[in-house]
Amino acid sequence: MRYLPLNDNDRAAMLHRIGVDNIDALFRDVPSAARLDGPVDLPLHKSEMQVERDMQALAAQNVTAGAVPFFCGAGAYRHHVPATVDHIIQRSEFLTSYTPYQPEITQGTLQYLFEFQSQVAELTGMEVANASMYDGSTAAGEAVLMAHRVTRRNHAVISGRVHPQYVDVIANLSDMGGFGLTHIPPSLQGTEGLLSAIDENTSCVVVQNPDFFGTVHDYTELADAVHARGSLLVVVVTEAVSLGVLKTPGAMGADIVVGEGQSLGNGLNFGGPYVGLFAAREKFLRQMPGRLCGETVDADGKRGFVLTLSTREQHIRRDKATSNICTNSGLCSLAFTAHVSLLGGDGLQHLARLNHEYGLDLADKLTAIKGVSLVNDTFFNEFTLELSQPADAVVEALAARGILGGVPVSRLIPDGGFENHLLVAVTETCAEEDRAAYAAALEEVLS
Amino acid sequence: MSAIKFTKDHEWISLDGDTATVGITAYAQEQLGDVVFVEMPEAGKTVAQGDEAGVVESVKAASEVYAPVSGEVVEANPELEDNPALVNQDPLAGGWFFRLRLSDAGELDGLMDEAAYKAYIEELD
Amino acid sequence: MNGKTTFTGHRGLELREDLIFEIGTRDRSGVDLAPLRGLPDRLGGITRDQVDLPGLAEPEAVRHYVRLSQKNHAIDMGLYPLGSCTMKHNPRLNEKMARLPGFADIHPLQPVSTVQGALRLMDQLAHWLKTLTGMPEVALSPKAGAHGELCGMMAVRAAIEARGEIDRRTRVLVPESAHGTNPATAALLGFSVDEIPASEDGRVDLDAFRDKLGDDVAAIMLTNPNTCGLFERDIIAIADAVHAVGGYFYCDGANFNAIVGRVRPGDLGIDAMHINLHKTFSTPHGGGGPGAGPTVLSERLAEFAPLPHVVANADGLELVEHGPHTPDKPFGRMVAFHGQMGMFVRALAYMMSHGADGLRQVADDAVLNANYIMAELGDVMSAPFAGPCMHEALFDDTFLKDTDVETLDFAKAMIDEGYHPMTMYFPLVVHGAMLIEPTETESKASLDLFIATLRDLVAAAQAGDTERFKAAPQLAPTKRLDETRAARQPVLRYGVTEKKQARAAE
Repeated sequence: MRYLPLNDNDRAAMLHRIGVDNIDALFRDVPSAARLDGPVDLPLHKSEMQVERDMQALAAQNVTAGAVPFFCGAGAYRHHVPATVDHIIQRSEFLTSYTPYQPEITQGTLQYLFEFQSQVAELTGMEVANASMYDGSTAAGEAVLMAHRVTRRNHAVISGRVHPQYVDVIANLSDMGGFGLTHIPPSLQGTEGLLSAIDENTSCVVVQNPDFFGTVHDYTELADAVHARGSLLVVVVTEAVSLGVLKTPGAMGADIVVGEGQSLGNGLNFGGPYVGLFAAREKFLRQMPGRLCGETVDADGKRGFVLTLSTREQHIRRDKATSNICTNSGLCSLAFTAHVSLLGGDGLQHLARLNHEYGLDLADKLTAIKGVSLVNDTFFNEFTLELSQPADAVVEALAARGILGGVPVSRLIPDGGFENHLLVAVTETCAEEDRAAYAAALEEVLS
Repeated sequence: MSAIKFTKDHEWISLDGDTATVGITAYAQEQLGDVVFVEMPEAGKTVAQGDEAGVVESVKAASEVYAPVSGEVVEANPELEDNPALVNQDPLAGGWFFRLRLSDAGELDGLMDEAAYKAYIEELD
Repeated sequence: MNGKTTFTGHRGLELREDLIFEIGTRDRSGVDLAPLRGLPDRLGGITRDQVDLPGLAEPEAVRHYVRLSQKNHAIDMGLYPLGSCTMKHNPRLNEKMARLPGFADIHPLQPVSTVQGALRLMDQLAHWLKTLTGMPEVALSPKAGAHGELCGMMAVRAAIEARGEIDRRTRVLVPESAHGTNPATAALLGFSVDEIPASEDGRVDLDAFRDKLGDDVAAIMLTNPNTCGLFERDIIAIADAVHAVGGYFYCDGANFNAIVGRVRPGDLGIDAMHINLHKTFSTPHGGGGPGAGPTVLSERLAEFAPLPHVVANADGLELVEHGPHTPDKPFGRMVAFHGQMGMFVRALAYMMSHGADGLRQVADDAVLNANYIMAELGDVMSAPFAGPCMHEALFDDTFLKDTDVETLDFAKAMIDEGYHPMTMYFPLVVHGAMLIEPTETESKASLDLFIATLRDLVAAAQAGDTERFKAAPQLAPTKRLDETRAARQPVLRYGVTEKKQARAAE
């Protein structure tokens, strides 16, 4: 077996040194009724070549985004990831190291985490950021729990324009933890009445920007009103590239900002692994979940980095920890920080504007088609169309023509009256010919 | 100031009139190592004997500070927020945690005096 | 002398590297982008002026991260015996397969008809996990071990809620040797945590456990093999007893790698167990994630699995993304989308490579290697519990008594010898614990050198060569770091120190 260095001579010599006759003797503490006497009913070992063949056969049954004009978003976005990023995250020293518990021999990981935290803080306009969470949705759940701890209240108000699966994650955590939740029914446009849902038990109001339907908001007034009621404002960002051009949640007065960082450095991967962003006001630092990397000096006075404030965490506080989380999304945060470093501030802003321009162009092309109207007054790189026919059937018809044309809103909100609504995302990867092909195909499908 | 008393959880308490000052012992700070953060009760909070009144944290450990006796918190040591090292440097004076207005001074009688506490920690080691 | 002996601060091949904020500029970039056309925007005026972040050209970026990488220890470089963490070799085939565009470049919400291969892969992974554990159901979506643990305990909570006993069953039993995530998870779900003491032989004290049973017990959370590296011999009796009072048995599967292919948790009476794909099934640890924590469930808990589910229908495989959210079925969704697909591909590639026969050999060799270390070091280091151990060997600091060397110092001296230290001060039930997990991917020659090194260190400590330990590491990229300072005045982003210095100068 190619991954196992011991041969039978080694095994015999080692068993002899241990003083047992055979390997079974080392499993003698296992109750005999539970010991298997042979391999389980699964295929036997395969060569590298055979495994590749089997895997390729499975991969070939999927329609690859890069092979077709592609416009899906709804929380996962297809951006171009520079080749350098994938090279960097495959460096042995990053890929095959553990959580940096021994700072003297993990300065590489610790320094990029410090750089990552600094970038996330700047992008979100917040004072501090952690070393990342599993993904945007779990970060959103943790943000609500944190708001409960900070305010010592136990009820959250969630906008109907937060990603529906994020809402599900928050709701599940709330139900299981015995907390309360008010979820405003989803609506496309107009005011939501968030403030009237707040009471003296409301720890936070959770909103998204751009919202699930694509509309851009300035939550400054909302933040003031929420604060006046003693609650916190949590802003969710599912498209991190938007932070390159939009007013930051921090500048709007957000107290906690969570986001999905997949858009930068990370591929679609059918939904994971991704990287959750988590940033907050510094005064709430000790209530933050997750790993934090901090600057310090070594015994020679030289700058170095360590994991810090770990008394918040489960391995020390056990049942009093701020969260049960014990890792971050290390390698995905490396991909994020490397991509952002390659872009630079101006480059990221340019990328964001380019996304917007391609979006403007496609929105114009599609709304010129009969039976198509645009829901949003404003948007970044994703918008909602109202079609003359059910969106799921349209998407299937487009797929049959070799175009992945977006996500039907009904896939995520099956019973909200959104059958004819389609979410369309446009990134820098949607070239002019892709956009033109989409418009032509949609016209054909709707006619 | 009257005699100082000690708890099994390594708090000390020293009575002065009807208020008492509370901190953690030299032994406790030694066991914890460098103290990096202290969370203290707010003034006005009422605590019963044995209630969790605060938390003291070192780099690798966190431990609860319990109210040695019942009473109302009068004030917390304002110095500790910026300078938690005082707990290590001067645990029995400058590193005090909070002051309590006692509701039942009789509870003090159940605590250890200095000699008893000394014997107690020797047993622990 | 560190960094002071040369003009540059470099030391031969060991290159110092500043922060991106010190080497990059906002207007520099390593990415070429199409020009903007200057269309009137529809951003509603809700924009920012600039993004104050540095950029690097591609060669600068490559150099920055390669230099940083060289300050890390990694399994690819050498033995990484972190007990409980399972730092085994990460096959590169796994990486290659995860990067096939058919897996890496598909969207979680593209039409199900266009991702049948992905769903088949999830279905196959589920089949392997269910067969290896002897359990009827698996939730694939949890994103890490602790998240899988949360999933298992949420299923327990959901089942109790469906039985109408949630107000009554409030207590979760957790051995004092448990990972910290166990009590943290139970507390997150509103349960109170009741610790069970360990017995003299490093296992659950069966009498103490029985005394704690009652009809208010929701579950026991037990790691097996446990965190002392020992198999809980009484596990079936424990399962029977907790079931008899109407509770559930959650098993922390962090150490499944010791028994994979040899023991099926389903045969032990376990109701839920998470599986760390990044431990047992070799997906890379990546400096602290991403992991994956699929959670297998028994017949008693199967119906409480979270969304989504992959099910077969006439047209192929279907993804069930919505479900009734009712009092009978209170467990909804743990994550957006469907879980860590990239990790599923890697883990399945590993399982297929080893096969049923190879996975059994994995457990055998992992246990053999750990017992070999125990046998070779048992005479000079002190093992608190009699063997055989499973996949990891636990020592305490008795052998350092009467030296000035502590467990931490001993570990730091290992760094100078080119090793990553073992897990220290865990489990908590042993004084100055050192938990060594060699894994099955170390050769005998590698173990022999490691053993000889530790014997040399023990001899040095006992001979009073304290300097070798207290000043260690001497040969790492940095000396010991001031963790107190980091915690007392947290500096968590660039610019804070510089601002403080500027204020001080005023």
